[in-house]
Parts: sequence; structure tokens; C-alpha cells
Amino acid sequence: MSNICKNMRQLLPNLKPLKAPSGLSKAKQEDMLYKMCAIRAFDSRVKELWMASEIYGLAHSYVGAEAIAVGACEAITKDDYISSTHRGHGHTLAKGADTKAMMAELFGKHEGLNLGKGGSMHIADVDIGMLGATGIVGSGMPHALGAALTSDILDNNTVAICFHGDGGTNQGVWHETINMAAAWNLPVIFLIENNQYAIATKLEWVSKEPELYKRAAGYGIEGVLVDGFNVFDVYKAVKKAVDKARKGGGPTLIEARYMRILGHFVADDQAYRDQDEVSDCWTADPVERMKEYLVESETFSQEKVDAVEQAAKDEIEEAIDYARNECTEPPADTLYDDIYANGEVII
Amino acid sequence: MSEINVRQALNDALREEMEADPTVMMMGCDIGVRGGPFGVTLGLQKQFGAKRVKDTPISEPGYTGAAVGAAATGLRPVIEILYSDWLTLCTDQIVNMAAKMRYMFGGKVNMPLVIRAPFGAGGGVAAQHSQSFEAWFNHIPGLKVVAPITPYDVKGMLKAAIRDDNPVMFFEHKRSYQMKGEVPEGDYIVPFGKAAIRREGTDVTIVSYSMISIRAQNAAKELEKEGISCEVIDLRSILPLDYETVMSSIAKTNRVVVCQEANLRGGLAGDIVAEIIDRGFDLLDAPPVRVGAPNVPMPYNAGLEAICIPDEENIKEAVRKVMSND
Repeated sequence: MSNICKNMRQLLPNLKPLKAPSGLSKAKQEDMLYKMCAIRAFDSRVKELWMASEIYGLAHSYVGAEAIAVGACEAITKDDYISSTHRGHGHTLAKGADTKAMMAELFGKHEGLNLGKGGSMHIADVDIGMLGATGIVGSGMPHALGAALTSDILDNNTVAICFHGDGGTNQGVWHETINMAAAWNLPVIFLIENNQYAIATKLEWVSKEPELYKRAAGYGIEGVLVDGFNVFDVYKAVKKAVDKARKGGGPTLIEARYMRILGHFVADDQAYRDQDEVSDCWTADPVERMKEYLVESETFSQEKVDAVEQAAKDEIEEAIDYARNECTEPPADTLYDDIYANGEVII
Repeated sequence: MSEINVRQALNDALREEMEADPTVMMMGCDIGVRGGPFGVTLGLQKQFGAKRVKDTPISEPGYTGAAVGAAATGLRPVIEILYSDWLTLCTDQIVNMAAKMRYMFGGKVNMPLVIRAPFGAGGGVAAQHSQSFEAWFNHIPGLKVVAPITPYDVKGMLKAAIRDDNPVMFFEHKRSYQMKGEVPEGDYIVPFGKAAIRREGTDVTIVSYSMISIRAQNAAKELEKEGISCEVIDLRSILPLDYETVMSSIAKTNRVVVCQEANLRGGLAGDIVAEIIDRGFDLLDAPPVRVGAPNVPMPYNAGLEAICIPDEENIKEAVRKVMSND
């Protein structure tokens, strides 16, 4: 906390010192650190690669939000589901997707996770429960509700985490989805990544009540505010909500409040923002906070932390090398593949 | 064989598929306790329980999206949009999600989803309860679109839709629920992409679907008295569309009238005519003629409404027009 500047502490009074929950294994903490570093490396490099025109289209960086995806996904299993947003790389990585296939997808390659047909905005890995990034704000929300319906009807005790941003909370489907999940007592965890900005629009300009977790009261469910720059705070709240949901306790609304550090998408220079605020955000950098905590708490040595970070960076460099040098362009004759199931083509 | 109406055919199809497959479930407004606003789902909640036959809040985008998520994770949801006009509310989930997820995800998701939508004009329900949007959804790669009209087809195609691994728009004509027809005992399906020739003829091909195919058959009977022999095709399935049957009929008649109940501009009839020209312009002895509604919002007044629902007279007029051109 000591490194976080005064301005950021005033803007985000929900910031809390990191503290691993008692009983959380070292292996789990190492995994959390590794995944946060991998997301940081992945999206830092994606921005560079986009600027260098090696990555096409649009990409939205998860840099700065690492604590949320990692904290949340560490609280569920591979059989559970997550729905995502346009900012989906972090969710996909945290759920355990293959970094090579992900990077190949961003390069538009045939070997990509989605055969080069989805790209950054539609990255998905349904086999591991990641129901897909989506380019339309709020549109992924009811998919988590659907996964919870499946859990309820097949009685398989899975849960679904519904990631969405503060922008998504003002879509009509946000209300519809949470209302149905609450009315039907379904196992969904609604996790708001409140980064305070919908591109350039500040939440407070468009919402009279910016304390979004308070909206839970209107649905008769529990609302929780956590430090979105703090992986353990996210983990603890999600774990509690997941345990409750598995026992039939229904949904929880969790607001992970933080602040977007980088631009809305990779080439957004954020000219519309107070530049002091942007630089102040870095003092709460969730990856740095995690590294410092693990050393200060004597969980790991500095060397160990550095080695974990380096291994994550190396994995991402290998993924880039794979996408750049070992992958192929999708053949033109794959154009009509997978519009319909089972090889059916309707022209 | 027994004679049942369209409402019963739909109900039987839903019941049989839910009995056969525990992953089939339904959602919609008032479909459970009440049995649906048109009585289509009567008794199903009692038989299968409130988990599998869910009464939803009035949240079309939300429950359509929930059905997309459920389909992606192992269920086969069938949802009902009370009037097809309100598909506008859930179009994002249908067009941007259900239709595209398989493609966007490189084939690695399944999307067995049926969207039942009562459509069509008549009954004085005016501009927001009378529309036919099949052309909109026909435009979207990744969807299938069907509009059967006989109890036999309705039952067989709903069963096929539920077993299909793709999102299917299932348009039921809301004025058809009482219409009766023969339906065999036991399980059968009517596959998509196969048109039915309702009446054979030699002078002109009438392409139609849903309610207007009934009117086309009535018109054909009357035209026979004028010495004009019409072949009436009921497409049943719009996407995929059975152009083989359409073109082989035109190869015989060399003349075609294409009918739709929706207003004409941007409609399916125009698209079908364009495809016919691409595939066989040289087969045609006369310019194709379209039948459809005028481009106005459906008015409430019964007299004005009648002007906006293409009927037997409009079809006969179109046939005479295509016959008069040499």
C-alpha cells in the first residue's frame, strides 16, 4: 500500500493491503503470480505487435486488470464456465488456454484457437469453459446465465462467472440477466470489472450511483466491493460466492473496482483523460503489488519471483515465435467451414 | 393417421422431443402454467417440471441470450418469442451471437437452439403484432429459417429443428393454429431444404410458403376454371431453400410468380426472383412477378388491413399478368 500514491488512494478508497488467505498453498500463489505475469506479458507484447502491424484488426488490453481474471479463475475449476467481454485475453489465459494457440489466433493463423476466424475480440475456448470474448458490450452476460441453467438442469454442480465492465452495467441485458439469475437462484457470479471508463465516458457521468455493487439490493442478492488491483481480495470474494452458489445459495454481485491504466484499445492514447491520473494508476499496478507482497511476506524470495516472471515472459515470447514463424494462413477453401454444424454448407 | 390441428402438432412435437432427450428445455413468457398465449405448450410444464419448461420474465434479450449460453454448454433450448415482431428485441443475441459463434470460434462450439416465433398478419392486431421478418433472418449466414404450414410439416420440422445442431428460426403462422391435417402416428421428421409441390401444373409456377401457400392453392383451383394450370410450391424451408425443385418446375412452366405475406420491399420474394434469374434466366418466357404486401405499417382498421394482406385475388392477378407476357 505504501507505494500507492495519495491521489489513487482517494480515487479508490476500496484499495486494501494484499494478504493471502490462510491455507492458500504456495503452489497456488505461484500459479497466480505466473498467470498475472503471463497476461501482462501477453498484452504488453500484443500492443507492440499491433503497433508494428503484425497483429491486425482490434485488440483491447487486459494490462492492469490481471488481478481480477486470475483471482476469479483461481476460485473455480476447469469444468466451470466463464463469460467474457471485448477485453478477453486475460479471461482466456486465466482459464487456462494455450498461449501459442491464442497468439496464433491474434496473428490470424489457421493454427489459432479459432482457426483465424475470430481474432482478439472473439477469442474463445469452450472446451475449457471459456464461452468467448464478444465485441458487443454486455452481450456475453446472458451466456453465463445459460451455463448456469445447464448446471441446474443437468445437475452437475458447475458454476459460471460472468465477467463484465462498468460499461456493461448500463445495458438492458445486465438487468435482465441478473434478475433472472436471482429469481431462479442460479449458480452465477456476476463480476464487474469496474475500470471507471466506458472508452472515454466516466461512470459518474452516466450513473447517479457509481457504487455498482449496491445495485445487488434491487435484485435481492448479495453485493460485494473488492479491490480490483488485489488478486487475493478478488479471489476471496469469488471463492466465497462460488461456495455459496454450489450449495444452492444463488448469485452474488461482486464489484472489482480499479482503474483502467492503458487506453480502451491498443492504439488509444487516452488524450481525453487527466494524464496525472493515468500515471498515478501505475502506483497501484497489480502485478508489482503481487510481486512485492510475495517477497515482503517471505512467501518467496526475490529470485524466485523474478524467475516466475521471466518464465511467463519466455512462454509468451515462444508463443509469438510460434505464431510468427511456424503457423500458416487459413486456406481460402476454409471460408465456408463451420458456418453450420457437421460440415453442412449452405451457399 | 389422425387429424390434428397445428397447435396440437406443435405440442406433440415438443412433448415427444422432451420425452426422448433430457437436454431439451423451453423458455418463454407464459409458456408454463398458462400453456402459452396460443396454447401451444399446454400441459408441458406439468409433465416436465418448471426447470425444463420455464416461465420467463418479459426479458426477450436476456432469455434468448441465456438460451445461447445453454446451447453452448450442452442443452437444446427451444424458446418462444410471443409475437415475432418482438424478435427485434433479441436480434443481437440471434444475429451477433447464435448465428456466428460457431464460425467465430473456429467450429468449437455447438448451437442447437430453436426460436419459435408466431408471425403473420390478420386479426386486427395492427403494426407491432402482424409482421413477417423471415427475410431479415434469411440474410444471416449461420441461421436456418423455416416456415411450415400443414400440421404434418409443422410437427416434422419442429422435431427436425430441435435435433438440428444449428440455430433455427421457426416461424409459425399465428392464424394457422386451428388448421387441421393428417399426421401419422409415431416418430418422423421433415428434413429442411425440401420443398413440397402442393399442386402440379404446367403453365405457371407459384412459389410460396406458410399461409400464403394455402391462398396460392385456392387461387390455383380458381385459375384452373380459367384454363390456367398452376404448379404450387410450398417451400416449407426458407434457409436452406430448395432451388432444385423451384428450377425444375420453372423448366416445365417457364413462368413464375413468387409470393410472400410480408411487405414487398427487401423481401424474400425479390431475393428468390434474383436467384431464379441467376440460375435460369433463359428458362423464363415472361418476367417473374412478385406478390406481397404494400410497404406500409399494418393498419388497425379491418378494411385497411385487408388491403395489406396479399390474398387469392392478388395471386390470381399476378398469374394473369405473368401469363399475358409473351
